[in-house]
Amino acid sequence: MTLRVWRQAGPKALGQFKDYAAKDLNSNMSFLEMLDVVNDELTLKGEVPIAFAHDCREGICGTCSLTINGKPHGPGKGIATCQTYMRSFHDGDIIVVEPFRAAAFPLIKDLVVDRTSFDKIMQAGGFITARAGSAPEANAAPVPKGVSDLAMDAAQCIGCGACVAACKNASAMLFVSAKVGHLGLLPQGQAERDRRVLAMVHTMDEEGFGNCTNQYECSAACPKTISHDFIARMNRDYLGATLRSAFQPEAASSDGGGA
Amino acid sequence: MNLVGSFFGSSIGRKIIMALTGVILIGFVVGHLVGNLQIFQHPDHINGYAQFLHQLGPLLWVARIGLIAAALLHIWAATVLTLENKRARGGDYGFKHTIQATFASRAMRWTGVIVLAFLVYHLAHFTLGVVQTETFKETAPLNHYVMQNDYRVAGFTVVKAGTDVANVHSMVILGFQHKVVALFYIVAVGLLSLHLLHGFNSLFQSLGLRNAKWSWLLHKAALALCVVYFLGNLAIPGAVLAGKLRPQTAKVAATAQR
Ligand code: HEM
Ligand code: SF4
Ligand code: FES
Repeated sequence: MTLRVWRQAGPKALGQFKDYAAKDLNSNMSFLEMLDVVNDELTLKGEVPIAFAHDCREGICGTCSLTINGKPHGPGKGIATCQTYMRSFHDGDIIVVEPFRAAAFPLIKDLVVDRTSFDKIMQAGGFITARAGSAPEANAAPVPKGVSDLAMDAAQCIGCGACVAACKNASAMLFVSAKVGHLGLLPQGQAERDRRVLAMVHTMDEEGFGNCTNQYECSAACPKTISHDFIARMNRDYLGATLRSAFQPEAASSDGGGA
Repeated sequence: MNLVGSFFGSSIGRKIIMALTGVILIGFVVGHLVGNLQIFQHPDHINGYAQFLHQLGPLLWVARIGLIAAALLHIWAATVLTLENKRARGGDYGFKHTIQATFASRAMRWTGVIVLAFLVYHLAHFTLGVVQTETFKETAPLNHYVMQNDYRVAGFTVVKAGTDVANVHSMVILGFQHKVVALFYIVAVGLLSLHLLHGFNSLFQSLGLRNAKWSWLLHKAALALCVVYFLGNLAIPGAVLAGKLRPQTAKVAATAQR
């Protein structure tokens, strides 16, 4: 089959598609293994191999990316690129491979983009400020089964950025809403719930992601099938948090009583 | 961030503005259609209704200014969000592919802009009387109408029989006897219905009320609203073009004098 791959030497360089014949493939190879084979051949020929991002190769780290025939992570549903197998394609196919494209994900090289903007959103509020230590008694904070299951659905997000890549507006709403929803559903996340959603959305906007137009391309591309219901949930949280924070009284000793 | 800043300066805040102004506009267009369908009744109805609205005086202006503000905010948010979205997308994909976004959702900007163009013509036609002046309610030959019966709203008589009022009934019908005008109107309300199909679904998501448990019902309700809205709007120019709705004849006008 023919691979039509986006080649771009660096952020400033001009990019273009280049065709490569992919030979000696096995239908049980993953898409990344297929790229390895192509790269081996390129290396032997003395050409620069195709740069692509990967790590765990088992669908849990969120490092692999690639837009395959216009869909992030390829044709499968609920599957990352590393778990896409060559049996999903046919002999003689032309497969178009592009990087995740979004202004907030600047290109580094070929198919590798910089997803630091996601880290910045996480640093703005994707955590709970709790004393680190040994794990607390598990039954001290009861969580109803339905709620914990819903939180687990959101917690599945591996932060890959496919939602941004698939969105016509390069919006990060699905990613941010998964993080906000996951912590917002659990008791440990309550204390910082309002602050979290306001801060994460603020950072999301600052990093130059687009605005959701409720077209749900994100959840259709998500390798963890995170539901766009979490986006509605975040919109509601954001509205409530905005109103509450505007009318919340401030304590007189807001500097903590220190000297 | 303060309250105004959060709503006008943030992505979600602007979406909420879109949704709330959308609710106001939907309320208006639906109410407007219900009012207009009185054209199928005796001319007393639509003419009395128009007279009643004009008698509201300052209240009418409150409603008008509210609607204009809602429309301006809606268009402002749509424009700002669209420009940001274009910038955020960065480069285009070489291989263009849509997974599940609906046609209505992808056409929002176009349907919105054409609806705006229609709105301008519509106001110029029926409210301001700067186009098709020969049939305008205040200047046309059939400009006057004398109410035959009282026009009541919620049991109260608001326009008395015998009152001399503007003839909206014949203005609308004569206006739609122009085929091009009627067809433009039909196309525009069709596009507006398409806009509402995505808009009605979308506003529940933007306000955080939608989820998978009942979204199937929401979608059916949106579809029903849009189909009924379109058919209701189609009925008026359609009936005029089909010759089923005619302006008052001199005879009717004469009986009106009695
Ligand atoms: C006049 C020009 C108009 C323009 C340029 C315009 C444009 C837009 C755009 C770009 C969206 C966002 C689509 C999305 O984010 O999914 C939208 C949403 C919407 N529009 Fe309009 N529109 C216009 C008029 C109207 C009118 C007349 C109505 C009502 C009768 C209306 C009702 C809605 C509703 C309910 C939404 C959904 C809000 C949301 O996304 O939550 N629009 N419009
Ligand atoms: S929501 Fe899905 S597509 Fe988006 S970053 Fe998380 S796992 Fe990836
Ligand atoms: S390489 Fe880790 S998810 Fe694909």
